[in-house]
Amino acid sequence: MTILADPKAQSKELERDAIIYHHEAKSLLRFIACGSVDHGKSSLLGRLLFDAGLVLDDQIDALRKDTGQLTDALEDLDFSLLFDGLAAEREQKITIDLAYRFFATEKRKFIVADAPGHEQYTRNMATGASTADLALILVNAQAGLTQQTRRHALIAATLGVRHLVVAVNKMDLVDYAQATFAAIESDFRKFADRLGDVSITFIPVSARKGDNVVKRSPHTGWYRGPTLLEKLETVDVTPRAANQAFRMAVQWVSRPTPDFRGYCGMIAGGEVRPGMEILVQPSGQRTRIASIVTANGELSRAGVGQSVTLTLADDVDVSRGDLIAEAARPAHVSDRLNARIFWMGQGTLAPGGRYHIKLGTASAAASIAGPMQLIDLGEDAAVKSVDRLMSNEFGTCSLELDRPLAADGYDQNRETGSFILIDAETHDTVAMGLIEVPVVAATATRGANAITAVPMPRDLYRLFGINANQARSLAKTVTWRVMGSVVTFLVALLVTGHAAIASSIVIAEIVIKIAFYYFHERIWLLAPWGRS
Amino acid sequence: MNDVSLTAASSAHSYLDQLEAESIHIMRETVAECDKVVMLYSIGKDSSVLLHLAMKAFYPGKPPFPLLHVDTTWKFREMIEFRDRRAKELGVDLMVHINQDGVARGIGPISHGSELHTDVMKTQGLRQALDLNGFDAAIGGARRDEDKSRAKERIFSFRNAHHRWDPKRQRPEPWRLFNAHKRKGESIRVFPLSNWTELDVWLYIHRENIPVVPLYFAKPRPVVKRGETLVMVDDDRLPLERSEVPQVKNVRFRTLGCYPLTGAIESTAASVEDIIRETLDSRFSERRDRVIDQDGSSSMERKKQEGYF
Repeated sequence: MTILADPKAQSKELERDAIIYHHEAKSLLRFIACGSVDHGKSSLLGRLLFDAGLVLDDQIDALRKDTGQLTDALEDLDFSLLFDGLAAEREQKITIDLAYRFFATEKRKFIVADAPGHEQYTRNMATGASTADLALILVNAQAGLTQQTRRHALIAATLGVRHLVVAVNKMDLVDYAQATFAAIESDFRKFADRLGDVSITFIPVSARKGDNVVKRSPHTGWYRGPTLLEKLETVDVTPRAANQAFRMAVQWVSRPTPDFRGYCGMIAGGEVRPGMEILVQPSGQRTRIASIVTANGELSRAGVGQSVTLTLADDVDVSRGDLIAEAARPAHVSDRLNARIFWMGQGTLAPGGRYHIKLGTASAAASIAGPMQLIDLGEDAAVKSVDRLMSNEFGTCSLELDRPLAADGYDQNRETGSFILIDAETHDTVAMGLIEVPVVAATATRGANAITAVPMPRDLYRLFGINANQARSLAKTVTWRVMGSVVTFLVALLVTGHAAIASSIVIAEIVIKIAFYYFHERIWLLAPWGRS
Repeated sequence: MNDVSLTAASSAHSYLDQLEAESIHIMRETVAECDKVVMLYSIGKDSSVLLHLAMKAFYPGKPPFPLLHVDTTWKFREMIEFRDRRAKELGVDLMVHINQDGVARGIGPISHGSELHTDVMKTQGLRQALDLNGFDAAIGGARRDEDKSRAKERIFSFRNAHHRWDPKRQRPEPWRLFNAHKRKGESIRVFPLSNWTELDVWLYIHRENIPVVPLYFAKPRPVVKRGETLVMVDDDRLPLERSEVPQVKNVRFRTLGCYPLTGAIESTAASVEDIIRETLDSRFSERRDRVIDQDGSSSMERKKQEGYF
């Protein structure tokens, strides 16, 4: 940095650095923008960026070129062209694929998943919703709610989006009538109880004219709520539950040197501290966190969303796919899952179908088991029994896995409660799965019961230079010997009447028999005979 | 547990921390799920950030993959010096690939135009290097905010045996669950910086004190003006027209490609802090200064389908 002699200029320099630090410390809101075709979603996002002063000059020039417009009137530019990225999309003037947009204001950084409106692209909408904190749902004031509006709201809520913002667009075309807005709001609220625990905000906007997008509209005096940008900048983004149980799926085992073994992963729930008791699931081995290693030094604690490397106090068997979970509140372990499935494949999903499942970092083979139900995303909210799910349908079924996996209910944890299904032939991602509690069904208990306490800390084994099985043989030898020697001492005392002789016999016996028993036990271990 | 301090800890987790953690997660998934991984290193600021993240992701070990630089032979001299110095300092394995076929044909941006040069030396060169070494996953520093077609690209982006990208056959990527199952002959491009913007990259460079090529910082340099583009006269590889007289101007680069193809901008930004202020005030997106992106609105989409990174 340039060193400035003038103290006034210097303080100005500091002020500017404060701006940099302010930007670095901003929070992040991930939201999804969705709504029916022609309800003006791309235009609204374009307007949002334009009015917030975030569309750059050369982008406006490119926009002019694409719009085929020669005038300088920025107000009439087709902002939707800012977003429709693929050549096919521009030709057809529709969004086909999910696009990610980024912008930042003084208060926040935003990652926007821009989802297509057509029903056949609903899978892209569901993908965008899976990581979103907020869903912006567009409704055309002239057309009112559509089947797609309800579908999108329902999918967003099901996937755990906590905040819905319903932007009633094209208010300029209905003369900013409060009655129209109120009718749409009450229409929406009628089915909102199906959405569960979500906050809903209604905002009357006009993407074309810019009303209530960034600037408060002079035409909607009757509206007292926030503008769209105000809402996006102020909605609460703190992680869902501060009191969540600790979870981390092991991604990669780091062994750079023979004496370091660390388990890398991104924390999926709760908080971790050195010394904390944990279970390695599904095996159920119990140990403690030794340290939280990062390139910035060891941490005294780490929380949701951080990528860390954990070391454990004991030498337990951990590999990719295992879940490290808080011992007091472990995850469910089962080889049978009940789940809500969003089917995205080309064909149908039916009982008997076999897929790869990816749950956290774990993989397994899964086969679909009945009973299967379809969740109707339309008006009547019906759940009905079916024998298959079609593309873009939402339903429930069970899955049988070829080995038990550790999981939570989706309502408890979005990361440990979700999975994808992969087609074994095409390798395509064909389904999103949301795990329902209870996950444990009929054959499930073997993993859960496999919890074994580790009797001796690793350091003690190291001291003797022996492994766990040898230590166990040794421990059994000692307890057996103590019991036997007490009996020998009492018998010798009764027969000889001399405590000194009895003691000598016992000492000789202990030394000789311990050695014999230990070797006897080890020799037996070598013989496979008689084992089941 | 103390719930008050717990909340404080999560709110101290800024958006840069979240971007960092997500990128590290993506790199670890790549090495865990793929057989032979390489990281493409183009020497620019995004590559510097990518390399820094890789060092963090596998700490206390080194990144378990080599770096690959596809050298078009038209990089700025300062870039090559910087590349070799950084690889040595960090103790990472650096591979350099040059398309010898292109060299033998004498392909260059001035003699053959930007399009053919980029195709032969960069696109073909990359394909050669990946095929030659049998890499099934290449980690790159592309960002979704760079271009409209990039905005629709997945984080794990598949290429067929001919390295072509099919935008219509992309797999959905819900949650953080990446599907790395490959069909026969396919390879994967992985983009850990997908959700970063130019400003994020600079803020992160500032926060983490990451070294970048000095060409990003303004200083007096000899340039000639060609069309709207200020071309730096790096050495005698640039043939000058009779009427062209290099002028010394205070310039810097927002992106670094092949040197006659990357325009300089007049600027006084001489430090990372200055660049951040300039970026915050900027009225132009960064790829404006790259000649190759100006061949029409869908040019990047087309190049990508042909195998450009």
